[in-house]
Order: sequence, then C-alpha cells, then structure tokens
Amino acid sequence: PHAGPVDSKNEAAMSELVPEPRQKPVVPMKPMGINTSLLGYIGIDTIIEQMRKKTMKTGFDFNIMVVGQSGLGKSTLVNTLFKSQVSRKSSGWNREEKIPKTVEIKAIGHVIEEGGVKMKLTVIDTPGFGDQINNENCWEPIEKYINEQYEKFLKEEVNIARKKRIPDTRVHCCLYFISPTGHSLRPLDLEFMKHLSKVVNIIPVIAKADTMTLEEKTEFKQRVRKELEVNGIEFYPQKEFDEDLEDKTENDKIRQESMPFAVVGSDKEYQVNGKRVLGRKTPWGIIEVENLNHCEFALLRDFVIRTHLQDLKEVTHNIHYETYRAKRLNDNGGLPPMTAETEENHESNL
Amino acid sequence: QNVGCRTLSLSAHVGFDSLPDQLIRKSIKHGFCFNILCIGETGIGKSALVSSLFNTDFEDSPSTHFLSSVRLRAQTFELQESNVLLKLTVVKTVGFGDQMNKADSYQPIVDYVDAQFEAYLEEELKVIRSLFSYHDTRIHVCLYFISPTGRSLKTIDLLTMRSLDSKVNIIPVIGKADSISKTELQEFKKKIMSELTSNGIRIYQFPTDDETFSEINTITNGYLPFAVVGSMEKVKIGNKMVRARQYPWGIVKVENENHCDTIKLRRMLCTNMEDLKEKTRAYYESYRRCRLEKLGCRDIGPENKPVSLQEVIEAKRLEFCLEVERKEEEIWQRFVQRVKEKAAMLEEAEQQASVLTEFEHLTLMHQEEELKLGEEKKLLEDEKAQFVEKKAVTESIQSQVSVSSPVSLKTQGLRKVS
Repeated sequence: PHAGPVDSKNEAAMSELVPEPRQKPVVPMKPMGINTSLLGYIGIDTIIEQMRKKTMKTGFDFNIMVVGQSGLGKSTLVNTLFKSQVSRKSSGWNREEKIPKTVEIKAIGHVIEEGGVKMKLTVIDTPGFGDQINNENCWEPIEKYINEQYEKFLKEEVNIARKKRIPDTRVHCCLYFISPTGHSLRPLDLEFMKHLSKVVNIIPVIAKADTMTLEEKTEFKQRVRKELEVNGIEFYPQKEFDEDLEDKTENDKIRQESMPFAVVGSDKEYQVNGKRVLGRKTPWGIIEVENLNHCEFALLRDFVIRTHLQDLKEVTHNIHYETYRAKRLNDNGGLPPMTAETEENHESNL
Repeated sequence: QNVGCRTLSLSAHVGFDSLPDQLIRKSIKHGFCFNILCIGETGIGKSALVSSLFNTDFEDSPSTHFLSSVRLRAQTFELQESNVLLKLTVVKTVGFGDQMNKADSYQPIVDYVDAQFEAYLEEELKVIRSLFSYHDTRIHVCLYFISPTGRSLKTIDLLTMRSLDSKVNIIPVIGKADSISKTELQEFKKKIMSELTSNGIRIYQFPTDDETFSEINTITNGYLPFAVVGSMEKVKIGNKMVRARQYPWGIVKVENENHCDTIKLRRMLCTNMEDLKEKTRAYYESYRRCRLEKLGCRDIGPENKPVSLQEVIEAKRLEFCLEVERKEEEIWQRFVQRVKEKAAMLEEAEQQASVLTEFEHLTLMHQEEELKLGEEKKLLEDEKAQFVEKKAVTESIQSQVSVSSPVSLKTQGLRKVS
C-alpha cells in the first residue's frame, strides 16, 4: 500500500542543518550551537532518563558459558566474578567419581540485584569437556547447544503473535579456560576456539595463573596471542565489529596487551594489611585475587561486567544471531529439520 | 536442563549496576529517532507549531489550497541537546480539508502510516537484514489539528481519527487557539472529548502507572485536547526575542502556559517519547499479525499442530520458484521461436543474395562476350577493308594486264586473295 506521492526533503534539510560530522561524546557536552538552531531548552535529553527507568524496570538477561577441562577452576572463577554461589562446585560431588562420559550442558539461572538493577544470570557449565580419552569433536554438543538457543529465539521471533519480550537464552559470552602449561595452546584448545569463535563471543582466559611467574606469564600470553592469530581465531572483542575509532583504540589495547586474562579465582577471604580480601593462602604468601599486581581477575571482571556486558549482548544479537538466522533461512529454504510428517507434506506439494 | 531460578544475594559489589549506563552510552552513540505526523487543514498552523515545539526554524513554504488530493510531505532534521542526538522526522499533510469532496481525504494518510509499517516488516523479513542500522520511519505520534470553531468536531475529523486510532498514537490539538476566549475554550475542550468518547475514538493517554509521573500525567490528560499556538516570528519583549504573535490588543506568548498549551504539549511529548515509541511497537505488532495472516500464515495449522512460519514461507517460495521456472520456459520458447524466424529470414536473404550474384555473374559474362565479339567484329572488318583495298588494286592491275598475258594475272590475283 502506497500513500500519495511523498516528498522527501531529507537530503536538503539534513545538509542544511548538519554541516559537521557528529561527535562521539563520553562526557555530556555543552549544547551545540552549530548543527541545531535549538535556542533554549526543549527537553529532548530526558529520553535518557526514560530509557534508564525502562531498563531498570524490565531488568537484564545475561548468559555466560564456561568451557574448560575439569579442575581448572571454572566454578570458582564464576563465583568470584558474581560474588555469590552461582556455580555449585565440586563440594557437591566427589571429584574422583563424577567425570561425565560425554560433554554435558548444564544451565542454571539466578536472579541477582545490585543498585536497583535486576539481572537474570544464567551460567552454562560444560562438565566433561576435554576430559575423555578421545576428545575429538567434543565441541559439537556445545556448538549444538548454542545453535539450539538461536533456534529457540528465531522460532519466537517468527511467530505471528509474538511476545513483547522474547526470552533470551542465547549464550552471550563463552569463557574458555586455557591450562597454564606455559608452553602453547593444545590442539583441543585450537579446535574448539576455531569452531566456536564463528558462532559465539569467546573470551580466552588463562586459568590458575598463580602457577606462573610474571615473566612466564607475559611470555605465555604473547605466545597464545600469536597462536590465536596464526590460526585465524577471532576472539571477543572482534576487530571487525569495532564501531568507531574510540572503540577501536580501547579494544586494540585489550586485544594486544591484556588478553588473554591470566586469572586466579577464590571465594575465601583473608586479612591482608588490615583489609579483608579474596585470596588464596599458600605457605609463601597470600595471592590477592583483586590485586592487579597478583593477577588479572579485576581486569576480566571490569571487562566482562562493568564495561562490555551490554556490548557482548549486542554483538550476540546483531551479528551471531543474524548470521545464524540468515543461514537458516537460506539453507533448505528455511525448513526445520525434516520429520517424517513434513517429508510427506513436502512430497505432496511437489 | 534448566533449573528454576532462585534469587541470590551478593556478598560484595559486582559492578553490573553500570548496565543501564552501558546501554545508554550505546544508545547515545547510535542516536535516537522520533517521527511526528501532523494532520490538519491548510493554514491551521502545523508548521508554526512544530517550529515552536522544537524552538527551531523549520524552513517551509506555505502550500496552496488547490491540490486535488491530500498529499504528505516528510522532512527530517537532526537536533541535538547536550549529548542526545535526535533525528526528527516531521510528516505534514498537504491539502487536507481543501477538496470539495473529502470522503477519501483520510485514505492517503492511512496508506502512508501503513507504508511505514510495511517497510519495517519488509526489512524484518529479509534474510540478510540490518535492523540495527535501519532508519525507523514508523510514526510515533500523530498531532491532529482541530479547527478553532468553538462548536464541535467536524465529520472529517471523526472519520480521519477513527481510521487512524488503531495504528498510531493520536494527540488531538486545537490549532490557532488564540482565536478562542478562555471560557469558550473550556466548553470546547469538554465538547470535543465527549464527542471523541461517544464515537469510540481512542486517543493517546499519558501513562499513569509510574508513581513519579502518574500525578502530573493525570493532570495533563485533563488538559486534552491541547490548545496550541505556534509562531515562526519572534517579538522583542523587554530585552529578549520571544516567540509570540503580536496583535494590536496584546501579545500572545507561545511559551507562556497561561496563554496556551504549547509548552505543555512539548513537555509531554519529550517526557513520554519512550512510551510513545513502545506503544507504536505494539501497533506495529498488530499490523504485522494482520498482514501475515492475510498472507495465509498461521501459528496453529489444521489439527491444531503448530505450523512454522518458515514452512509456509517455504511453500510459497516453492510456488514462486515454479512460477518463475514456468515463466522462464515461456520466455525461452519465445526466444527459440524468434531465433528460428530470424534464421529463416536470413536464409531467404542469403538466397536472394545468391540469386543476385548469379545475375551479376551472367551480366559480367555477357559483357565479356560482347567485348570479345566486338573485337572479333573489328578484326573481321579490318580484314574486309584490306580485302576491298586489295580488290581495288587487283582490278586496276587487271585492267592494265588485259592488254598483256591473261593467264599469269589470274594466278597472281587468285594467289593474293587467298
């Protein structure tokens, strides 16, 4: 349905009123006299408060997956990140027994609140990864799980009568735990990251970093970065998704210097210099988890939670999900996997 | 393997309370957009009001009264306030209410609103889409200008508003309200609201569910429809230039809330932008539902089994593909036919051409023969001339010799001729 001829004076109007490219502010700027002739206060900027109110009311979802061989401290790290018992640890089960025969996917959801902001956090654990005798293709159940979440979302999105807010179970971030061998990445690490970096945001993390000295750490990190580059593995934040110069500078620094983060996790507190800190006690000293001189946990936490959480979600939604959707709608004309019934119908159509 | 959610308490500061800020930072980078539709008769003050609302001078030339049908004109502007960049699109009707027969006046407007929904739906249904960078042109609010007659709504007002109230947020305003006195205005407003209610026309109500705003919004809802005055000109009052209309009997200040409701309208538009956009999304969802159902898509198929939209799209796609194949075949056949025809034509031409060359060839031969014969003829004539000469000489010699010996001359003459 078309309206009568619509005159669009977009080009002319915009070129009259926007002679300068838009600046990218981080700090609120003084009212620009140039590309507006707004004299006096209108109130357009109240939209920020409206947005804030709305998001506080609806809350946020965040789904984080942890992948790595058992014993690398995944659960501890997640608990340290979110300062609560989000991951039920090995204290529940006997470490010697329950290594699963295949890779299992366990998703547990929690609701946490801070400063009026409600978050539904889902931690997806992958026990059994890398623990078998033969680990070939052990990333497959994980890739399958991730694609299943995209599929779920797609099905909802494609409904005629849709929910106002589609429940988001897609994996926003996958922390991959690298063993602190000090040498190089294992074939399993490379295979996993090569396959999965195409469907999900991967953040490689060097686990149990307290087994390396500072020099060993720096060297190992450099080697890991090099190996990832050589193998064409794009971990988050991916270079191609940097939106502007500001992003690029910030992310370049993270990609080329800080990552992969060498972390130590702990949920025990000790007294150090009169303060209670999270740490690991050893005969030769207390490793303070949140001390940047000791390990990079604080960097990881700030990166994932305090600065890039929203971006992780947006990259998942705007890029990974869209890629999945486009493939799905093109492949096989977008039919869901054939069941006997649909096959019959299909034949009769032809 | 999802375990039900439990609420956990945090033992220390995690830091995700910065999430709203992260989201806001991204939104600011991305910019905001807002689309207003102004419906009103020519000359009722649409451009003046929009200029006054956003305190900018939107360039616009006044339009004629003699258009044969209603048209819409859209203009986009970029406004900035502190760090908020707003892409504002103002769509105005042109020629509304000018025609002799106004029965169809609302149709182009409805079509326009639908067209924006359709454009969004199209983008959403694409295989490779870029919703994130898509410039959303769906109308977020419609300002309907009521003529300041002081009596009641006109039929065209009711018709138009009714055709739009399920597609867009309608805020009725009384244009050029400075022509009505305060007392008349109150009565007029009451009459309008009761007419709207009795005709079942839904207009936008400012949300009253949030405690912070519920009181002020309830009060504002009581001011509807807004009696607005707009002005492109500024008048010097004291030492400031103020938007106003200067009459011999006084000055109507646009931004004075005692004089008119323009500021109220501005405030309400700005502080409820998010809500207006959300309600627009809900209108879009119902448009989408109707549209897809019309296309034959269902969520639940026969025997109540859920049907995936994809299956329907695939079935239609197959249909379409077969159609395309058929058409391709048709076109191919036509092409083959044409080729054949052309080939036949060429052959004919060739044949004719070969006939021609045959003719030319014969002509040439004929000419050659003619030449040869000509030459031979010449030769023979030369010989004949020689013979005649010889004959003349021989006869003269014969006449001399007939006096001497007859035999030897005869042999001489004979010899000469052969």
